[in-house]
Amino acid sequence: MITLSPLRWGKPYESLDSKEVVHFDTGEPIARVGTVGSGIVGRDMRKSHLAREALLQFSTDDLIARCKKAAQLFETSDLKVGDSLQSVDDFVHQQSASTGLPEHMCRSNMAKNSFVLSRMGEILDCLTRGLDLSILSRGYGEEGRGVIVSYQVQTPVLGAVLPNNSPGVHTLWLPAVALQIGLALKPGSQEPWTPYRMVSAFMAAGIPAEAFSLYPGDHDVGGAIMAKTSRSMIFGSAQTLAQHAGNPRVQAHGPGFSKILLGDDVVDDWEDYLDLMVESVLSNSGRSCINCSGIWASRHTREIGEAIAKRIGPVDVRPPADPDAQLAAFTVPAMATGTYAMVQQDLAESGVTDLTAEFGEKLIERDHCAYLRPMVVLADSPDRQVAAKEYMFPFVSVVECPQAEMLNRIGPTLVGTVLTRDSDFINAAGNSVDIDRLNIGPIPTNRLNWLQPHEGNLIDFLFRSRAYQVAT
Amino acid sequence: MSAVDNPMNEQVAQKATEARDQLNEHTLKTVHWHFSDDTGSPFWLEKKRELNFDPLTEIKSFDDLKKFPLFEDDWLRGGPIRRWVPQGHAGKPVYVFETGGTTGVPKSRMVIEDHWKDYELFSDTLPEKYFPKGANWLMLGPSGPRRLRLAVEHLAQHREGICFCIDLDPRWVVKLIKKGWMEHLEEYKKHCIDQAITILTAGHDVKCMFGTPKLIESLGEALEERGTSLAEVGITGIFSGGTEFTPQWTRFCVEELLGGPPEESGVYMTPTYGNTLMGLACSKPITAADGYKISYYAPQPRAATEVVSFDDYNQVVPFGATGRVKLYTLTDEFFVPGFMERDEGEREAPFDLYPWDGVSGVRPFHELAGATTVGVY
Repeated sequence: MITLSPLRWGKPYESLDSKEVVHFDTGEPIARVGTVGSGIVGRDMRKSHLAREALLQFSTDDLIARCKKAAQLFETSDLKVGDSLQSVDDFVHQQSASTGLPEHMCRSNMAKNSFVLSRMGEILDCLTRGLDLSILSRGYGEEGRGVIVSYQVQTPVLGAVLPNNSPGVHTLWLPAVALQIGLALKPGSQEPWTPYRMVSAFMAAGIPAEAFSLYPGDHDVGGAIMAKTSRSMIFGSAQTLAQHAGNPRVQAHGPGFSKILLGDDVVDDWEDYLDLMVESVLSNSGRSCINCSGIWASRHTREIGEAIAKRIGPVDVRPPADPDAQLAAFTVPAMATGTYAMVQQDLAESGVTDLTAEFGEKLIERDHCAYLRPMVVLADSPDRQVAAKEYMFPFVSVVECPQAEMLNRIGPTLVGTVLTRDSDFINAAGNSVDIDRLNIGPIPTNRLNWLQPHEGNLIDFLFRSRAYQVAT
Repeated sequence: MSAVDNPMNEQVAQKATEARDQLNEHTLKTVHWHFSDDTGSPFWLEKKRELNFDPLTEIKSFDDLKKFPLFEDDWLRGGPIRRWVPQGHAGKPVYVFETGGTTGVPKSRMVIEDHWKDYELFSDTLPEKYFPKGANWLMLGPSGPRRLRLAVEHLAQHREGICFCIDLDPRWVVKLIKKGWMEHLEEYKKHCIDQAITILTAGHDVKCMFGTPKLIESLGEALEERGTSLAEVGITGIFSGGTEFTPQWTRFCVEELLGGPPEESGVYMTPTYGNTLMGLACSKPITAADGYKISYYAPQPRAATEVVSFDDYNQVVPFGATGRVKLYTLTDEFFVPGFMERDEGEREAPFDLYPWDGVSGVRPFHELAGATTVGVY
């Protein structure tokens, strides 16, 4: 069994308290994770400026090169993680065992994180719209128009309260290191693997250990990170988002409510987009905020729903090491039963039809975990409650709605794929403030181009542009 | 427990046997007090009629208390509170202290002088060097319907000092946490800490204090942010309590917050574990060498704890084994023959200072843990 100790600005701390991470299916312990309390976080954050100072010893170009090296180490090498030497296979097994994600999904999330890290230079180029990164280091500089521009760093470290079971989202905090900003992370209780391995890779790539703190612990630790850092991110439910709405110190990431909208000009050819819709709903077991939870069209909704149901309805539980496994386990069985109860409520509403009913039981309960098999639900109007729902398994509602009303009715949409050639509809979608990431044309919602600005631009969050004048 | 299965040296074993004899004798006396018509409480006299045995003749030792059904905490919810007042104390002023009560009717316990006695006994365990007689105290914790404020205040007075009090309402704290109003929680905590700092820096010669772990932590941080420390504002002795106490927190407190063990930092911190039913359990002295292990010992014979099997609440687990904490209250004011606490832990052996069973690693009972909200108190 691997032991993971808290890391206090690069130094392992032998905690007297620990929690066990257990295998989702057998309940067997697979890791012992030392924990800390909020007091330690508070004390360490008093020295957070040292993390940035350590990173400022390196140029951003150097850090970007080291990130590239770290990406390679993360994805291909044996790394010292906790008290063990962890191979890639170990990592995949461990992550799968504690999160319930099939192993091939763990590998693809690993590749996603590695990709972002390896292309850090280009990603920062996109996030900053081509700014000379030394301007961020120095705080000001000449942009090339004969005018000084200035960006004031808002924090020496980025705090993050990381999620339990979504390894893909770690891409969002990775760029901080290249921006010479330290990290104070609370790993998810069931998914400590990515942050620990990533920090290990950073260090092995020669990035100073003093830039990193890892604080496993209870909720109070997350609270302390958010209270003691000037900028932090948190991952959670819609309720979590609401709690932090309007707080400039916190970037909250919650459900995505990502959608596919079929324009009237292409909806008769909906079969051309079936693969795209299936992938958007089913990939990563429907667990990501970029998975599609709603497909909106003015007609053919029953045929569209039935065709998707025919493809994903039969998907069943398979062992995590099976390369064809499509479903992740709910490692807390009550989450599955609770979710299923909510779905039952959705289905009770008039005008809502379960198109996957014929494909058997949806709630599969095991001794230590549970699964929910894919569901496709037809809603005859955007007024149905289910039209605004998102669940942590492959679940999509196909919503009948006139095109003219769509953009006014869809609500918050992290990724919106708009299938149309109608320029008016494209323009309207571009102007919609409800859609964050806009895909025009047949792009599945789960396929992100990381070389684009993305959800919660980290530059805007960590730096503030301001006036800066130097007397000549 | 019997002294026979103790892994103790002869001297401790002898003391444990004597303590057991004392507990047996005290049990007999307490049962007779509570079940005699002229001294017992209406509650127990009524309950006596439901029992299938006569406590006055069939309870001859502490172990015989297992003949009683488990004490149900619902008996403490709702009134009339006077049904608990023993006839033998009729006419005396009565306090009522509450526990729980975040939702629904809180559990109430009547008290006459028990809280004073508990803290006078506890007072004897405090080292004079760090809790000097005559020093003033700060009480940073819940007051309202809880006994803590009055008890700590009495402790200060008993030690010839004066107690300054800052109130904290744990029920509001729990509500804030449940609502997710973390900013409000921070502000409320800050509100309490600001008041504490005002007292500590106002020339009142406060040397000793009670605080919950999180409030002590916040107070220490806030003082450091002002460029000072608990030691610098004059604090030499801290006693703290609550199930949030862990070896890790104690280590953090001693090594980082206070700046080292008492001989280096000049500040002594002792953990305690108490509640409205039991009174105050003391801790075996904590040391870095022992991994900051925290073991509590009930104020026997006024109260006793056992660590019992999860499957059989009448079966004490072996030393070092894990079980649920079972509590007995045996005072002339209140009688509890076996109450299942909401905590679990490991059974600890008697030792020289407290030659009876203790409990370490106290934490929420695993079957109830999910339903417990731990706040700043």
